[in-house]
Amino acid sequence: MTALVQARQDALAARLAGLPAAPGGWQAPARAAASARLAAMGLPVRRDEYWRYTDPAALTAPQPPAAAIFAPGDEEPAFDGIDRLQLVFVDGVFDAAASDAPDLAGVEITRLADAGADIHWARDLYGVLEARGQTPVARPLAALNTAHATEGVLIRVTGRAPRPVALVYRRSASDTDAILHHCVRVEAGAELTLLESGPAAARFCKVIEVDVAEGGRFHHIRTQGRDHERHAVTHIFARLGAGALFKSFTLTANGRLTRNEAVIDLAGEGAVAHVAGAAVGDGGFHHDDTVFVTHAARGCESRQVFKKVLKNGAVGVFQGKILVKPAAQKTDGYQISQSLLLDEASQFLAKPELEIYADDVKCSHGSTSGAIDDTALFYLRSRGVPMRQAQGLLVLAFLAEAIAEIEDEALAEDIRTRLEGWLNRHTG
Amino acid sequence: MLTIKNLHVELEDDGKQILKGVDLTVEPGTVHAIMGPNGSGKSTLSYVLAGREGYRVTEGSATLDGADILAMEPEERAAAGLFLAFQYPVEIPGVGNMTFLRTAVNAQRKARGEPELSAGEFLKAVRAKAASLKIDAEMMKRPVNVGFSGGEKKRNEILQMAMLEPRMCILDETDSGLDVDAMKLVAEGVNALRDAGRSFLVITHYQRLLDHIRPDVVHIMAAGRIIRTGGPDLALQVEQSGYADIMAEVQE
Repeated sequence: MTALVQARQDALAARLAGLPAAPGGWQAPARAAASARLAAMGLPVRRDEYWRYTDPAALTAPQPPAAAIFAPGDEEPAFDGIDRLQLVFVDGVFDAAASDAPDLAGVEITRLADAGADIHWARDLYGVLEARGQTPVARPLAALNTAHATEGVLIRVTGRAPRPVALVYRRSASDTDAILHHCVRVEAGAELTLLESGPAAARFCKVIEVDVAEGGRFHHIRTQGRDHERHAVTHIFARLGAGALFKSFTLTANGRLTRNEAVIDLAGEGAVAHVAGAAVGDGGFHHDDTVFVTHAARGCESRQVFKKVLKNGAVGVFQGKILVKPAAQKTDGYQISQSLLLDEASQFLAKPELEIYADDVKCSHGSTSGAIDDTALFYLRSRGVPMRQAQGLLVLAFLAEAIAEIEDEALAEDIRTRLEGWLNRHTG
Repeated sequence: MLTIKNLHVELEDDGKQILKGVDLTVEPGTVHAIMGPNGSGKSTLSYVLAGREGYRVTEGSATLDGADILAMEPEERAAAGLFLAFQYPVEIPGVGNMTFLRTAVNAQRKARGEPELSAGEFLKAVRAKAASLKIDAEMMKRPVNVGFSGGEKKRNEILQMAMLEPRMCILDETDSGLDVDAMKLVAEGVNALRDAGRSFLVITHYQRLLDHIRPDVVHIMAAGRIIRTGGPDLALQVEQSGYADIMAEVQE
């Protein structure tokens, strides 16, 4: 055994030492398999190809870095004006008293910790998409999550959900470590909007596995709030059947470290997947979007739209790949990652990739990084708009293409309002 | 209204001198035209008055009703009543035309200590003014100037002017790129705003715009100076014999 391998094993043992024993039951085989995957991979280190731009040390350390509780002031809770069913987790533990009763027509909601052996659909999903998503890129923190998560929700959608399900992640302490694992199965022709908000813990590791059957529709909108000192790594693994739709949008402001991974498998003909993100970072902020879209079937469409506004030394990372398999003729793939750097201290690192094995495809990608447009700024100011307000307008304009990926206009407006509030606080 | 004295301006980048002592006084309620060959400094004068970066004033002054506008930020000049209709209106993807206009109107009102317009009041005002400039609702929804034709962009400038109600309007080559019909529409928009308390400085290369916006005073600018001032006839003289004759006369 080389010293390097030994070091990785020691680091993994130290990380796992603090975790409670994983429960058995129907999840036991998936957890055992995930543990084996994790042991083979080891925890991520900076040398790993997809961690070159983001130091995983804070995510892999035995203890979470302390994160002072953040007071949001008079800011309204996320999605406050939206009629939704709320499920609340505090420090990664489900809080039934703070949550709405999980009664929603066409939707079955079960707490992971309570799920008995009869949840057959979840047995076919828990850890399954995560395991598939380990090739060709290793994602050890997702395997760790599958092996050790004790909390999360299992959501099965059989009809058109009459209102969104909102997962609310609160935290109460400065040293908490939360691991959540959710599974969502959208049956053929069914539809769900899933909302997420809140920091969850000082350090948060999350996996959502989403299986959208033929003609199903899944919308995901989340806000990762201004909680300045938190660390988070999140993963979405999605598999889409024929004609299925998957749309995910994330708004991020601050947080010491955020790594959002999306691994999407367009498995059925004519499936559509859009993943978008708008991030606003100030100072000690590191935000990483790592996206892997696989076109495995004919005639699918994918869009990746990621925009970041960075200042005072904030760092943005985008690693996005479109893989088109030989069978995926008539693929329509689009990827754009852009950053607006408000000063020279900030930095944007992008690694766009295309890998295409079919010959009749349309794929485009672009990545840019630039400053605010002085001509536009002068034009606005010459009409009487003060400097800071003009900058805010241009920042919103820059992020607009990502926000436009939200289909529901009320939710898009909620996101826009929140963003404006954040920008006003920033510049005020 | 607007008083410019001995204004000298150079480019910040390379120190090249563009304006070499411009003197100009625009009285309330009058329309002044500045004509001149390319490179004479006409557009530079408009940008310097509006406060664009990249220029350095080395000598002279410019005041609006006695206030030193050169010391103000661009937004302060706008709130003081100065407006520049751009030769090349700027496209701003992602910012709706309506949002832009409302933000500008309310920012100026706020700067002047006036109450902001409600959404309803604003909409009512903008609809009436847009209709007279043949600007439809669809154009108001689109991002600022994005995908607008040359004529639409210039009409949009005049709409902004009509909504902001400035006292000193500077029109920089507003006729460039317009066909006759579009130019007439723009000129009608400008003429509708003429009143005793509002002045215009119309910068143009050609005389034809001045057939539609009748000036009280015409200035000829060349090599960074105003070399001749006269009545509307001066514009006709330029139209007939070009700038060369006048420049030659001045040099003699």
